[in-house]
Amino acid sequence: MNNTSDTAHNEAREPAVLSRSAAETQALVERSLRRRYRAEQRFQAYGMAAVLSGVVFVIFLFGTILLQGISVFQQSYVKLEIFYDPEVIDPTGERDPDVLVTANYQPLVRDALRERFPEVSGRRATRELYRILSSAASLDLQQRVVANPLLIGQRETRWVLVDDNVDMLLKGKVDRDAPEDARRLSDEQVAWIDELEAAGVLKLRFNRSFFSNGDSRDPEQAGVRGALTGSLLTLLITLLLSFPIGVGAAVYLEEFAPRNRLTDIIEVNINNLAAVPSIVFGLLGLAVFIGFFGMPRSAPLVGGLVLTLLTLPTIIIASRAALKAVPPSIREAALGMGASRLQMVGHHVLPLALPGMLTGAIIGMARALGESAPLLMIGMVAFIVDVPQGVMDPSTALPVQVFLWSDLPERGFVERTSGAIIVLLLFLLVMNATAVVLRNKFEKRW
Amino acid sequence: MTPSVLLLAIVALSLIAFQVGRARALASVGGLRGVRNLHSLPGHYGLLTALWCGIPALLLALIWWSAQDQVLINLVAAELPADLRNLDPASFSLFLNDVRNVVAGNIPADQVSTETAGAASHYLRLRTISQWSIAVMALSAGVIALLIVRSRIRPEFRARNRVERLIEGLLFLCSTLAVLTTIGIVLSVVFESIRFFNIVPLTDFLFGTQWSPQMAIRADQVGSSGAFGAVPLFAGTLLISAIAMCVAVPIGLFSAIYLAEYAPYKLRGIVKPLLEVLAGVPTVVYGFFAVTTIGPLLRGWGVELGLDVSGESALAAGLVMGIMIIPFVSSLADDMITAVPQSLRDGAYALGATRSETIRQVVLRAALPGIVGGVLLAISRAIGETMIVVMAAGLAANLTANPLEAVTTVTVQIVTLLVGDQEFDSPKTLAAFALGLMLFLVTLLLNVIALYVVRKYREQYE
Repeated sequence: MNNTSDTAHNEAREPAVLSRSAAETQALVERSLRRRYRAEQRFQAYGMAAVLSGVVFVIFLFGTILLQGISVFQQSYVKLEIFYDPEVIDPTGERDPDVLVTANYQPLVRDALRERFPEVSGRRATRELYRILSSAASLDLQQRVVANPLLIGQRETRWVLVDDNVDMLLKGKVDRDAPEDARRLSDEQVAWIDELEAAGVLKLRFNRSFFSNGDSRDPEQAGVRGALTGSLLTLLITLLLSFPIGVGAAVYLEEFAPRNRLTDIIEVNINNLAAVPSIVFGLLGLAVFIGFFGMPRSAPLVGGLVLTLLTLPTIIIASRAALKAVPPSIREAALGMGASRLQMVGHHVLPLALPGMLTGAIIGMARALGESAPLLMIGMVAFIVDVPQGVMDPSTALPVQVFLWSDLPERGFVERTSGAIIVLLLFLLVMNATAVVLRNKFEKRW
Repeated sequence: MTPSVLLLAIVALSLIAFQVGRARALASVGGLRGVRNLHSLPGHYGLLTALWCGIPALLLALIWWSAQDQVLINLVAAELPADLRNLDPASFSLFLNDVRNVVAGNIPADQVSTETAGAASHYLRLRTISQWSIAVMALSAGVIALLIVRSRIRPEFRARNRVERLIEGLLFLCSTLAVLTTIGIVLSVVFESIRFFNIVPLTDFLFGTQWSPQMAIRADQVGSSGAFGAVPLFAGTLLISAIAMCVAVPIGLFSAIYLAEYAPYKLRGIVKPLLEVLAGVPTVVYGFFAVTTIGPLLRGWGVELGLDVSGESALAAGLVMGIMIIPFVSSLADDMITAVPQSLRDGAYALGATRSETIRQVVLRAALPGIVGGVLLAISRAIGETMIVVMAAGLAANLTANPLEAVTTVTVQIVTLLVGDQEFDSPKTLAAFALGLMLFLVTLLLNVIALYVVRKYREQYE
């Protein structure tokens, strides 16, 4: 009010000043507008840059992992004609299974390779030549002979596993032009490899052993089967315990709990547990399950128990949200028909909320599958070659296997690690996609 | 009888009990024709019988199993020859550990001393007896409970009400598990921490600047000072968390603003899930990414700029951790921004504000408590994050603010102190629990503050 009367007063007295000041004001406003629009554009650009950098991170992360790991699905093999020499395998000719298992099959593969390179002589050179082969090359022969002793004395063409250094060279992950002593392969070996490759007998083929082998110190025969089985056993325990308990807790808190102090304490507790670092759950598992109850270390059972406690808050919170989404009219209708509270929940509310609860459970399981810190605490980090047979066997888990392999210096293990990560991410992708599909298919809008 | 077989047997017995209870209820009213004379549905009688049969048997078995190992090992220890029992406590517990390992099959029995092998086979014998006796006890308890409930079934017996009360009780027990977990966490870290603080004074731990947890086994050993000053760990944790927040907060916040206020609907539909993918990636993957990609990259840049970047720099770990936290910040901020009512924005536009002015001066201010709460939660996440730092940050406890050097964090030290074989009583092991206690307390405090900020300053819109 005051302002307007002031302006009016000025206007009456000095019209000339006003007209100048109007132009000035306009310029002033225009200048400030320009400034403000620039600020606006800057602000928007910051936003775009932030989104862009986030997207770039995603692409960079997945790109490097894929680039490093995709080659793990192929593995180099050399085609050799093997002679199952009875003199080497079983000189007595009794075909005793114990003898067949313990026999040394290494000479068979080595002789077959020697046959391809008759010109190689001398101890040093032959040893160099043999180093092209994997130390596990003969394992496959042993299995074949044990399964079928009639093979002894016959000839057979087999694709035989080669050393991880050769594998890396074939996949182009080793610099051929580097000076000889900076490489793991000598010039002589590279020449042999090139010769084999040119003859078409050294090739990349689908890597089955990556999915059928346990851990190993040799990159070329290390596989994810043991870790994957350990993870699945652990997840099985987690799912069996955390889903019923989580749903039970959610049903109690949503449908039955009286509003009192105890209920409040439980709710605050659940929310806080959801934010406790996972490693603290590992400490709990170490002190309580292993220290106090004397459960075995490294067992999927203990891992499953720890991950149950870890995922329980997630599942409870998701299940409560699913229960909340069921409209009260359903409950009232059921109660009106004379159902008891438990019947109302069991027959009407729970079936309607189940898809949401399942979605929550799958997301919880996906989190549990990627979790490794608490498993380190309870000893699931050992070097375990055998595939675990039950929940009490020592085992490791897929993310822990990633951790273990990432520590190893061999070039081949970088590829294995990325490969294991790809497998892990594929599982997570499938789980999350299932959750999304479930939600879209069964989610009801009331 | 192994535990899994016993579990199956108990389940089978409960199924039988269900049939028995149901049949009994029907028989008491003369078959299906008289079913309207029953107070509850026949299934309720069956369920009641099954629950009463299964639950006590299961509880009995669980209690027995949880105590079994302790009792058996004490029994085995009591039977050992006197010269073994008179060993000092440390070597005696080592001996018992060997016995346990032989029992678990981790060590073949022919690779240990005859005493150990003897004790192990004694243990196994006792365990077989113990497992058979719990099987007999649990199953007979189940059968007795079955018979008692069966004898009480009459047409007017209020089976439904009892079943419902029982199930409600079970549901309540499920919900208390969260409280029990918290109590378990507190007890397990507090007890070990108290034992640790009996050896190392609390003030030395909290204010000491030397961290080298190697304890000397012999007095003349070099480099084993056994210093437990945790300040370098706290500093390292803070440094890495600070770097992570420097990455995550601006990127997360600005992308949330852009996606919520500017981006066309289609772009938002693509980019938002893409960013949320980052939240679903296991932390061990980030760790690997930091070690194999970001670490060498930074090192290379450092060489070009003439800087000495450590192979395991705090910067690499912090950067990658920041990337991990971006979706956490952005989704929380997004929720807060979309919760601000449109009328506030419209008011600002009506006064002539540009979009960015509206966002900065109206929307962000209204959403501030929520955003602050979200950032606090993100910090607590960064502090508790383990795998990235275990893989990408070092072990050296440097007290430095230089992000190019290697630092170590609380979580890294917990992992290093506890992974591998260790005895349960050395200060080294106990120190891990003391660190765990600190971690638990700090993250709890941050959560409580975050919730308080959100609740206290949240605007209520209609």
